[in-house]
Amino acid sequence: MSTSVVSTRPPSRIASALVWSLVAIAGAGALGFLALSRGEQVSAAWLLVAAICTYAIGYRFHSAFISARIFALDDARLTPAERLNDGRDFVPTNRWVVFGHHFAAIAGPGPLVGPTLAAQFGYLPGVLWIVVGVVLGGAVQDMVILCASIRRDGKSLGQMAKEEIGPVAGFTALVAVLGIMIVLIAVLALVVVNALKSSPWGTVTIGLTIPIAMLMGIYMRWIRPGRVLEATAIGLVLLVVALYAGRWVAAQPALAATFTLSGKTLALLVMAYGFAASVVPVWLLLAPRDYLSAFVKIGVVLALAIGILIALPPLQMPALTQFTDGTGPIFAGALFPFAFITIACGSISGFHALIASGTTPKLLERERDARFIGYGAMLMESFVAVMALIAACALTPGVYFAINAPAAALGPSVQTAAEAVAKWGFVVTPAELEQLAKQVGETTLLSRTGGAPSLAVGMAHLFSHSLGGSGAMALWYHFALMFEALFILTTLDAGTRVGRFMVQDLGSHLWRPFGRTGWMPAVFLSSAVIVAMWGHFLWQGVIDPLGGVNTLWPLFGISNQLLAAVALCVGTTIIVKMGKARYAWVTLLPLAWLTIVTMSACLAKLFSAQPRLGFLAHAHLLQAAQAAGTLPPGVKTTGDLARMIANDYLDAAVTVFFALSFVVVLGDSLREWFAVVSGAKAPRSTEVPFVRRVAVAGD
Amino acid sequence: MRLLSHSLVARVTDVGSLLRRIIGAPDYERYLTHVTAHHPDVTPLSREAFARDALARRYDQPGSRCC
Repeated sequence: MSTSVVSTRPPSRIASALVWSLVAIAGAGALGFLALSRGEQVSAAWLLVAAICTYAIGYRFHSAFISARIFALDDARLTPAERLNDGRDFVPTNRWVVFGHHFAAIAGPGPLVGPTLAAQFGYLPGVLWIVVGVVLGGAVQDMVILCASIRRDGKSLGQMAKEEIGPVAGFTALVAVLGIMIVLIAVLALVVVNALKSSPWGTVTIGLTIPIAMLMGIYMRWIRPGRVLEATAIGLVLLVVALYAGRWVAAQPALAATFTLSGKTLALLVMAYGFAASVVPVWLLLAPRDYLSAFVKIGVVLALAIGILIALPPLQMPALTQFTDGTGPIFAGALFPFAFITIACGSISGFHALIASGTTPKLLERERDARFIGYGAMLMESFVAVMALIAACALTPGVYFAINAPAAALGPSVQTAAEAVAKWGFVVTPAELEQLAKQVGETTLLSRTGGAPSLAVGMAHLFSHSLGGSGAMALWYHFALMFEALFILTTLDAGTRVGRFMVQDLGSHLWRPFGRTGWMPAVFLSSAVIVAMWGHFLWQGVIDPLGGVNTLWPLFGISNQLLAAVALCVGTTIIVKMGKARYAWVTLLPLAWLTIVTMSACLAKLFSAQPRLGFLAHAHLLQAAQAAGTLPPGVKTTGDLARMIANDYLDAAVTVFFALSFVVVLGDSLREWFAVVSGAKAPRSTEVPFVRRVAVAGD
Repeated sequence: MRLLSHSLVARVTDVGSLLRRIIGAPDYERYLTHVTAHHPDVTPLSREAFARDALARRYDQPGSRCC
């Protein structure tokens, strides 16, 4: 409904006010019901209503405010895609296509894993932060950065940080991105390792996705050049074949034994894969994998939505668990700030700022599409997070904790696991756990920390409920696992490659030839450096008796939220320099909140006296054991002990690095804002000049 | 009848190009159309060179991949 219609027909304005009031009441009612219900089971329908109504209100009002008041988006203004159209990077593209493209680029495993882990606190903190955080934070960040980039010919976040705030901020942001990418890859690789260890079916199915991608690559290059869709269709069929091949292998005792791998072996294999993907040509592995993953991604999101809508499962998890006090087995830390740190991507993700200032701004054919694409696609991503939360909370809490708690908490067998779960006040019998593992075609589901397996169990539950019956559960489980691993491996291989280019770029400042992207020694060396960096964190996670997710996921969450805070600093600076400081609260509000959350989390991870939470306290505990000549539980050798101590200090150093990077950017930004607001510096926007579209044909 | 099958083919081609653009595959035909229409003096890249170049740009910078 356009504004002109509203202003000329007052009755429709009243009708619209009425409709939006109803949406607001429905959303508030559903949220209130979720918040106040105690003891009884709640249907997932309440969560869906709360989420969709909040999104609708946010989109209708908040994004319209940003579009009209802050950027004054104008369809008569030519976009970079139109002005710089080169048929390659800058191509005016239909808004629905850009939406699909942008969504496929921003959606990854993050919004699936984060909410699943955060279900440790109960469903309420998760749902509140996912829907409120996205409307006021995540979607705002994506849209503001997208608008800023469109007005600057598609400049990247790093360039904008440098030009708007200053060279120090720009350089800091660049180095921080590299650091964040390393932690991100490590934690995602750990999720895959935890999902595949001692699972021959999963290992074979996911292993087969690599030759499938290569086959597609060869097909597109040599057999039928350029036939992307044919190759992708073949790839999708082969994925199903891989699913059945895995089942077949798991049923052959001799073969199954060969593919039953330990965490350490899998970690080494994942590192070898990352290295290979970074050095082989893109057409052979990366590009075909990406095409496959984009289709699977969109397909699975739709399937998950349909599965949840058909089943509308009751939530078995309580609204709040006793673990809000920070004693939870999956990750340490109290509700504040760790619920926010853990959910990360489903509410606000700093990485999106890189995408919103990457390919997307070069494709928009109308300025006002930025609202639908920047704000809208992030709402969609948040909805994926809500669905992941539903899938996790639809499991009984006993099963959820048995799958996600580390071995140190659960012990080695289903009996010890059931006892541990009973101590936390939830009920699950050893027989149930055995039965469930058998149903999904695994020998055990215990301590598969990382979120992927419990989400896969939840999805298998939903899907087999609506399609296929319980006999299909094992197939659905491995299907869900396969697509999550597909997402993760595409992030891992592309991330390693991007990291390699960044290392080569940094290295070229020291020695020019190192930057030559075609020079094999440099390619191998820089790839090895990147893999060694994330591989180190991965290895540390694999040998950690507490389960590495406990350490790595908060580190990833902190880094991702800090990148978001950096993006919001850039956004605020741009708004202030446009002379619109009175509207800067739009980005300052989420920025202030993220600053509080991430700084509290950094302080807790550094200085908490609890060894489970604080890196330094944990190091001191281990050092005390080392001095006494004893080994803490779960640690096997003195060598491991020494390595764990060193890792604690490394984790602490990385936390300090992220926090300091942010403080530098924030300090630099504050200086700019005060200079403009106090009048010492004239507000001068760096937007490219307005070029009017001559004839707005067909619009 | 012929008209119907013709429009069906056109529609399938449309959907195909839509899907290709969503997954971000290089679109050589579009590039060729653009170059011949707007830069008649420029010799367009070959299909292979274009594909190689498009992939290299896409995977060489952060901002193509997310968590």
